[in-house]
Amino acid sequence: MNIMATPPKTINDLLNGVITIRDQVKDLREILLANLVMIGEIPSPTFGEEARIRFILDRFTEDGLDRISTDEVGNALAFVRGSEGEKTILVAAHTDTVFNSSVDHTVRVESKRIFGSGVADNSLGCAAVVSIPKILEHLGIVPKHNLLLMGITRSLGRGDLAGIRFFLNNCKVPIDYGLFVEGAQLGRLSYSSMGMLRGEIQCTIPDEYDWTLFESSGAINILNEVITKIMAIPLPTKPKTTITFGSVNSGNSYNTVPTTGSLHFEIRSEQAGMVGDLQNRLEEITDEVASNSQTEVRLEVIARRRPGGTDFSHPLTKVSKRIQESLGVTPKIQPSVGELSALIDKEVPGITIGITSAYKMHSLKENIAIEPVFSGLAQMVGIIQAMDGGFCDE
Amino acid sequence: MSKKKKTWLDTNTFHHSEFWNLLHLIEEKEKQGLKISLCIPTLNEEKTIGKEIIIFKSELMNRYPLLDEIAVIDSGSTDKTLEIAASFGADTYLSADILPKQGFKPGKGENLWKAIHQLNGDIIVYVDADIKNIHPRFVYGLVAPLIYHKKIQYVKAFYDRPLAFSQGIRPSGGGRVTEILIRPLFAMFYPELTGIIQPLSGEYAVRREVLQDIPFPIGYGVETSHILDVYHKWGMKAFGQTDLDQRVHRNQTTISLGKMSFGILQSFFNRMQKYGGIDKLPDMNQIYKHFQAQDQQYQLVEEEIKEEERPPMSTIPEYRKKFGLDK
Repeated sequence: MNIMATPPKTINDLLNGVITIRDQVKDLREILLANLVMIGEIPSPTFGEEARIRFILDRFTEDGLDRISTDEVGNALAFVRGSEGEKTILVAAHTDTVFNSSVDHTVRVESKRIFGSGVADNSLGCAAVVSIPKILEHLGIVPKHNLLLMGITRSLGRGDLAGIRFFLNNCKVPIDYGLFVEGAQLGRLSYSSMGMLRGEIQCTIPDEYDWTLFESSGAINILNEVITKIMAIPLPTKPKTTITFGSVNSGNSYNTVPTTGSLHFEIRSEQAGMVGDLQNRLEEITDEVASNSQTEVRLEVIARRRPGGTDFSHPLTKVSKRIQESLGVTPKIQPSVGELSALIDKEVPGITIGITSAYKMHSLKENIAIEPVFSGLAQMVGIIQAMDGGFCDE
Repeated sequence: MSKKKKTWLDTNTFHHSEFWNLLHLIEEKEKQGLKISLCIPTLNEEKTIGKEIIIFKSELMNRYPLLDEIAVIDSGSTDKTLEIAASFGADTYLSADILPKQGFKPGKGENLWKAIHQLNGDIIVYVDADIKNIHPRFVYGLVAPLIYHKKIQYVKAFYDRPLAFSQGIRPSGGGRVTEILIRPLFAMFYPELTGIIQPLSGEYAVRREVLQDIPFPIGYGVETSHILDVYHKWGMKAFGQTDLDQRVHRNQTTISLGKMSFGILQSFFNRMQKYGGIDKLPDMNQIYKHFQAQDQQYQLVEEEIKEEERPPMSTIPEYRKKFGLDK
């Protein structure tokens, strides 16, 4: 195509334009899906993203981007230069997945779905960001401002957003807008960050434990007691507050009493201060159980987010919502505990979106639907155009 | 080790990483005015075909225009192979519809043969559809030696085969049938051909002038007979081979490998007859040549394997005496 398109002059131009864009990006289906397959087949556990980052940097090079670089924490960065280049729009996807390298990462393509470990979270997000240069070229879009494309490392679990935080703390270029791209779900619109605390409760029975004690028991029983007490904590439904138990690990046989165990949990709350209060309450519980059982029960905080974000009335949120609606996508407003939190801490307006519908996420049967991808990409381009065209400025 | 062999192995063995510069490769292709066709022969490959088409179309047509056509030639799949291939933009053909006057024989070789008529390329590259870890190198690694080296006519792939690791040692890269049947046969009758590390690999790129002048067994023997025919007609210098690193695919049962070996033996002995080898066996070669892989170095190993023989015990005087056979 390569003919320079006229940038949308009004918001209505933009909203009508995204529908045409959706048809046009279908021409790039194999480009996008090939990126998805190739990225998805490179294992990329948190702290082990090097190979995937290498691939992304190679793609940036092949597409002739500017100032291609990586940093101390391994993030992949490159600029699409704008015609004026006055502002900088960050478009980023986290490159780590919840699967370790030993898991089969083969991607399988069917006519309507694509299957594979991490295809939705977040190989598709990465593929969308990596395909932006080819998409803009095909649509004839030359942005006014600079786009900073980024593959983020160390986001998930123990990574605790270290990649994006390092970048935001050390980046010499001021970021004016941030757009985070997740593989799923299409319609997702996150503009605020939820208060969150992720932690692990570890139980260890000391070697000198007196097994003749009345009520002496293994690590599983002790963790069970902790869980029962946590479940008895009254939680407000408004503002919404939840405690999720994500995994329990202990023991390895039928009849040997385990001496260690761990419980992974996550607290989320929309109410400021609530997460901290609950952390104190959990520490009381672990202390109490430890002293009653004469064992060691410790709480370790793995990750924490402060609640915050732009307002719903911010033009960025409103325009993004209208772009989704004009593509027939139902917006699902949900607070984020991902990279957006780090951006919010820096008071930079940003949102997180999803590209398509995904199923059986985080399992070996994880898969995505191909058809909605084109709406997802059109939405991404539309939001970039809105940021670039000044439609999101307050 | 014969001097000639070492030279061929040195000059005509490549690694796909030598050809990473696709822009340069395409420039050279265009300079020579070559057309390149990819043929994927299929029979019930719905699990892997979609990915192959997506990768080749995106990387070697849209992004880097190395391929002029991508064709799937099918022997009559009963699954969604053709539907999936067509949905991602491949040209799909039923083998039976091509050259209908010639009839239809079910077999992979049939599809490869009919591709010569159906496709337009000056070079045809054949890639099997069962590769799980598909990558553009499976095509450019095979095509590049033909573009850069005018004398090379026929480029075979070879691999590290991850599924052959069960015994602990890294083998030369051949599969079971290669190591148990083909390499011993070649070592005995065509020692020079043992330089081809994986004679049975299903991935190869060939110039049309060669393809149109060789017969095609339609079954298991196609790769073996190609090698013998090309060797007799164009010599060792016509071959090239490229290391494509790992190839992940389905493993086959020993029973099906037995069938495969039987088919290969048929083709082999047909050739022996054709080239006059059957009634005048050459001096039995007692040097067995095979390969050892170390990093990216492939080393030819020669071992003397002399099958010495003892006569029947009843001809030995001491034995006859002890057991009183001469009474």
